[in-house]
Amino acid sequence: MQTAPPQGQPPAPPPGRHSPAPAGRPPAPRHRHAAQSANLFWVALAAPGILWLVLLFIVPFYAVLAIAEGQLNRLTESPIAQYDPLRWSSSNVINVFHDLVGGTAFAGPIVVRTIVYVAAASLLCLVLGYPAAYFVARFAGRRKGLFLVLLIAPFWISYMMRMLAWIDLLQTDGYVNRALLDVHLISAPIDWLGGKGITVVFGLVYGYIPYLILVLYAGLDRIDPSLIEAGRDLGLSRARTFIRVTLPLSRQPILTGLLITVLPMLGDYFTNQLLSGAPNTSMIGNLIEGQLGTPGLQGQGAVLSLLLLVVLLAPMIYYVAATNRSSQGAA
Amino acid sequence: MTATRASRAAAGRTRAAAHGGATKTARWRNPWRHPVFLEGFTWLYLIWSLVPIALAVLFSFNNGKSQAAWQGFSWRWYFTDPVNSVLHNTALHDSVIQTVRLSAYTTVIAVPLGVAFALGINRWRGRTSLTFNFVMILSFVVPELIFGVAMFFVFTVLFSFVHLGTLAETLGLVTWNVSWPAIIVQARLVTIGKQYEEAAADLGSTQFQTMRRVLLPLLTPAIFASAVLVFSSVIDDFVIVDLLSSNVGNTPMSVYIYSQQHGGNGGPALNALGTIMLAMSFVIAVAGFVGYRIMTRGERGDAKLALTTIAGA
Repeated sequence: MQTAPPQGQPPAPPPGRHSPAPAGRPPAPRHRHAAQSANLFWVALAAPGILWLVLLFIVPFYAVLAIAEGQLNRLTESPIAQYDPLRWSSSNVINVFHDLVGGTAFAGPIVVRTIVYVAAASLLCLVLGYPAAYFVARFAGRRKGLFLVLLIAPFWISYMMRMLAWIDLLQTDGYVNRALLDVHLISAPIDWLGGKGITVVFGLVYGYIPYLILVLYAGLDRIDPSLIEAGRDLGLSRARTFIRVTLPLSRQPILTGLLITVLPMLGDYFTNQLLSGAPNTSMIGNLIEGQLGTPGLQGQGAVLSLLLLVVLLAPMIYYVAATNRSSQGAA
Repeated sequence: MTATRASRAAAGRTRAAAHGGATKTARWRNPWRHPVFLEGFTWLYLIWSLVPIALAVLFSFNNGKSQAAWQGFSWRWYFTDPVNSVLHNTALHDSVIQTVRLSAYTTVIAVPLGVAFALGINRWRGRTSLTFNFVMILSFVVPELIFGVAMFFVFTVLFSFVHLGTLAETLGLVTWNVSWPAIIVQARLVTIGKQYEEAAADLGSTQFQTMRRVLLPLLTPAIFASAVLVFSSVIDDFVIVDLLSSNVGNTPMSVYIYSQQHGGNGGPALNALGTIMLAMSFVIAVAGFVGYRIMTRGERGDAKLALTTIAGA
């Protein structure tokens, strides 16, 4: 009904919802030879893309693994990759382990800080983003197009430009300080850009909230309004309808929306660097990026980025499965 | 759906009016009243989200070196200033050219690659195709920093004949963006179904003819949308190009802004660069939206659908 497919429809009516999926239908009778050459044709079409993925996606990750498990050339301080798993060395892994836990560990606090910042920022994104997405999906009515354009606009504005905008505003003599001084909330200008955690969290929220809102909007727009109306007709108050009907139905978009903000935030180093640049706010992203540019530490950077990948693999696969399900539901 | 709600709202209003005029309580009790607070909140959010950018654009026209204090309008950071304007400063205008170049290279390579991949994988059902389709989707969701680290290492250690610079940037960006056409075209293939292909085959057309004369025309809007998305996401890309660029000559705008601002050399010239990026994206967005609407004319679906498609949702 109101759930429009993600793409426009072909001119002919599509098969009904309950008819078997086209993929499951037996192929039209053809000669065996023809079927084989048909298959070859599709294989040949897919081959360049597959080759590209192997060479520039799978092999690079193996190279990272080989560097993580490889050794250091003491003379040039450059990493030596070890492609043979039987000869892997664990020196980089041990170094990283000592960085992460123990008395002299400097990376442990960075990891904790990253988790705190990202959790705070993504929850703030949700608290600010949900009402806006909910309003546009359910109540915008004829102005839905206008609201959508405004919600989508940040997608088309470079991340750097959006950060630059806040750097301008948060300068010591910028508009934020001037406004706060004018209303006497502060007595002296605050150095917002001089290593403040709150500025970093704020920057992360500002940077990633559009992604969350768009995912939420798409999910909330799919909720059948008659379910909500039924809740109201059966005597639930506004609040209870929301808690008992709308919120359970929006669980999936909330989860995928949070993932779409959390995944990039965990690898973010530029927001932090632009809005603070101080070591006392640095996150995992800054650590990895710093090690990448430091001779002798590149192997440890490889270990850290692989660790991050392993931790994020489960949420990534969950995200893929969830979006697959919802796109199939829409088609 | 909208009609139902509108009529209910109208009914609620007449009921409220019947119960002794538009008193405040009646209006408050109307279960279908317009959510004023929610709308106010949404507008506040939009102001917070967009006004700072408008101010940043404004400061690119500042007649002074400050990014915070307005000193009058001028074009100096665009072309009047003989040293520091985008037109006259080589580093600045090289970065504009590098961004356009990378966007063009990436789109030209990634779109055909992704479209062919989508066609092949979607019609070739087998374990290999499912595996690689999964790898493709994985490349879509892996955090950009982790991907960038892999690209950095592969071009500095394994394929070191590809030096950091334009070639490495292009290869990295193609890999990162090839999933747009691959995913969008596959979604469209699912909605098209197999009937047209089967009809063409029954009428004696070969696989190649079917693809060329039946599938590709039906896929044109999806291919166009993915090209728009690839081009614009390369303009905005930062992490990959930051890790894979080697010197000023191959630094695109995003990286230039970042390195100057965080190196303490910020100034309205960076705002001018950001404004140019914004204008480029805006032109592409409008062209993409209009083009997509023209291509899907006569089909079901509306402007909102085209909007979200062009935004990649």
